[in-house]
Amino acid sequence: MNLLEINDLTSGYEGVQILWGVNLSLEKGKLTTLVGSNGVGKTTLLSTVMGLLRPWQGTVTFEGKDVTTLPAHARAKAGMVLVPEGRQLFTEMTVLENLEMGAFSPRARASYKDNLDKVFELFPRLKERAKQKAGTLSGGEQQMVAVSRGLMAEPEILFLDELSLGLSPLLALTLFESLTQLKKTGLTMLLVEQNVSMALAVSDYAYVLAEGRVHLEGPARDLLKNDEVRRTYLGI
Amino acid sequence: MMILQVQDVTKRFGGLQALTDVTFDLPEGQILGLIGPNGAGKTTLFNVINGVYAPNKGKIIFRGEDITGKPSYEVARRGLARAHQVVRPLHDLTVRENVMVGACFGREGHSLAAAADRADAALAQVGLAARADQPSGLLNVAQKKRLELARALAARPYLLLLDEVLAGLNPTEIAEMVDTILKIREEGITILMIEHVMQAVMSISDRIIVLDYGQLIAAGKPEEVAANPQVIEAYLGDPEMTARLMAE
Repeated sequence: MNLLEINDLTSGYEGVQILWGVNLSLEKGKLTTLVGSNGVGKTTLLSTVMGLLRPWQGTVTFEGKDVTTLPAHARAKAGMVLVPEGRQLFTEMTVLENLEMGAFSPRARASYKDNLDKVFELFPRLKERAKQKAGTLSGGEQQMVAVSRGLMAEPEILFLDELSLGLSPLLALTLFESLTQLKKTGLTMLLVEQNVSMALAVSDYAYVLAEGRVHLEGPARDLLKNDEVRRTYLGI
Repeated sequence: MMILQVQDVTKRFGGLQALTDVTFDLPEGQILGLIGPNGAGKTTLFNVINGVYAPNKGKIIFRGEDITGKPSYEVARRGLARAHQVVRPLHDLTVRENVMVGACFGREGHSLAAAADRADAALAQVGLAARADQPSGLLNVAQKKRLELARALAARPYLLLLDEVLAGLNPTEIAEMVDTILKIREEGITILMIEHVMQAVMSISDRIIVLDYGQLIAAGKPEEVAANPQVIEAYLGDPEMTARLMAE
């Protein structure tokens, strides 16, 4: 069953069209990844799907319901949760306070304690640093907080924008491994990544975006071997 | 003749090493593409070349003269102009008046009257002549990109730095802009361009250089660079880490 359906989505900013009719299906319980070079519209797609940007055309269907015109906060309440690019933490607040902010909706608040345990199990480092200001953490730890804050919202689907951006290869590996752990819990995820090969290695299914359209799609590990992926990045 | 020689350029911002020992030559009349992943240091390199920043180490030689650390306005007067990534026209001025700014502060340092003629010629070159009298604020994105290019051309440069002039354009507009760039080169202007629209930059560049984490990792013809394992790794990710994830 598909948890999320994106149909013929067209969107952009102030007269500049970025997405040209994108179709995407996210299967429940699967990790899907969306890759594509700079400026092809990956973040625009996430913003449109989350309701931060109005689509010009097309629909977004979540759990069988049309959510195209629903405001972002209502989508978050319904279980669509975004871990934004660049983390966007509350840097002056502690790690724990950041996590509390994730558990904002009544549904998430009810299971706050359970979710906190789960998050600390996934990233033990955060338990050690719970009382520390988020802004004083390393880049990798901050990314762990961002993912955890998303998880505290008790997502049905988690959107992750540029999980590994700015991280060393080893820290990127740790974060990708955490996705493998989350997949085992049955969480549905959509990952947007610039580290194509690592993203494809952990994902079930993948879409390659080029010039605002889906250029290629298929089982992630098949795409890892597909030379056409290299061509979409390097032009020839 | 080498119009531009970049020698051992290093640039640091506090603890961040943005450029490390970058060295390359650009022969007159060529189009050189500068590519690299996000945050590789491409725009910083442009900023060092045209004098926005002085490098911590290294030299910029332009037409045989050392211009390292010279201010941008002086670099522009010597014939090195730049079209910026983020286009910021003076919105209250007309399109022509915007381009006149380039003519006044460029290599020929025109007076206002002569600058208007020079501006019209530059606008014709980029196909924006019909909009000359409009306020620049009314232009769409593709037209603003052309205005930015015209402003740089009006400075009568020997060398033109283009920073992502194709970004935000649709495929038709990209094809038109590529034609315009090729025509500019035919007029004898050397071009160094940062570009993410790969098909375009690979097709029009004589040579490509690749930056990754502030270092030059490859240089060569487009097809050589696109087949270079280090370049593929920079764009697609680390094969060793990928193998470790695959094994789990």
